[in-house]
Amino acid sequence: MKKVVKKLGIFKKVGMTQLIMEDTGNVVSVTALKLVPSVVMDTSEENETDPKRIVLGYGTPRLSRCTKPHMGQFKKRSLDVHKWLTEVLFDQSTDTPLSVGESLSLSQFVSDERVFVRSKSKGRGFSGTIRRWNFRRGPETHGSKSHRITGSIGGGTTPGRVLKGKKMAGQYGNTMVTVQGLRVVRVDESEGLLFLAGGVPGAEGGLVVVGVGL
Amino acid sequence: MTSKIIQDLEAVDKENAVAYGVGDTINVHQLIREGKKERVQRYEGVVISRRNKGNIKEVVTVRKIVDKVGVEKTFLVRSPLVSKIEIVRQASVRRAKLFYLRDRKGTKATRLKAKNEGVKANA
Repeated sequence: MKKVVKKLGIFKKVGMTQLIMEDTGNVVSVTALKLVPSVVMDTSEENETDPKRIVLGYGTPRLSRCTKPHMGQFKKRSLDVHKWLTEVLFDQSTDTPLSVGESLSLSQFVSDERVFVRSKSKGRGFSGTIRRWNFRRGPETHGSKSHRITGSIGGGTTPGRVLKGKKMAGQYGNTMVTVQGLRVVRVDESEGLLFLAGGVPGAEGGLVVVGVGL
Repeated sequence: MTSKIIQDLEAVDKENAVAYGVGDTINVHQLIREGKKERVQRYEGVVISRRNKGNIKEVVTVRKIVDKVGVEKTFLVRSPLVSKIEIVRQASVRRAKLFYLRDRKGTKATRLKAKNEGVKANA
């Protein structure tokens, strides 16, 4: 992420369910996210200004699969080994700046807060224009052979070329997707669960980055 | 496959559940909020469908006849607004869903065989 965030958490998508609100009795469809263990590795300043580049370790590793240089990064700071390393920009000018050895906690999120979500969407492989761009299909019968074909991709002599950005078949999904403005419905710190109203991109078990302030 | 975490979230305390079944006549106490006022509305009728048993999403459909017009209401059983469910009368039925009652008229539409009717006759 290239923008500075105010709150950040790394989660795993558990799945969807419904919650019944205690006060109103309303039922809300939610996505449950499970907090992934993480640790702040480094908070070295990018420059003199407020935004700071933070190095994060996250995920539970299989130690037998970790390389010595990878583990060395953690040992050097006498921290527990985490599976992956990443860099984020975190707003350190708030009341609770992150320090080395700290983990990203659930307690920073509160109910009714609006958050953004970043995760990898489900891969759909090489998809045609109908699935990928919601094009309409051709007739199935009456001698038609244009069942799911793309159809015309532009004019003739003018413009004499295919316009850039023309929607065509190709790889669909398996890309990082950001959804903004999802509402936090419930924070369960004892179970390490965060409940967001609505859906979250990606398959169950996939990594989800949740934060505030994009 | 639903994950274990989701299953645990949706699980309910079965011991405190009201043991009503399909065909039973039940009285549902529902909390109604009108502005700032709160009152309990009671609704009595026959259970014709019960879905998602043992889950927080449990839903029950209760049917009754009002002025010769069939009325059906569905309740989210685990909702905080459903304060109480009383069993008025129990019946033994052979279906899990009693939708056939919708097509019936007169006493046939309301009368169901009482539970343990046969047992009483023997005793």
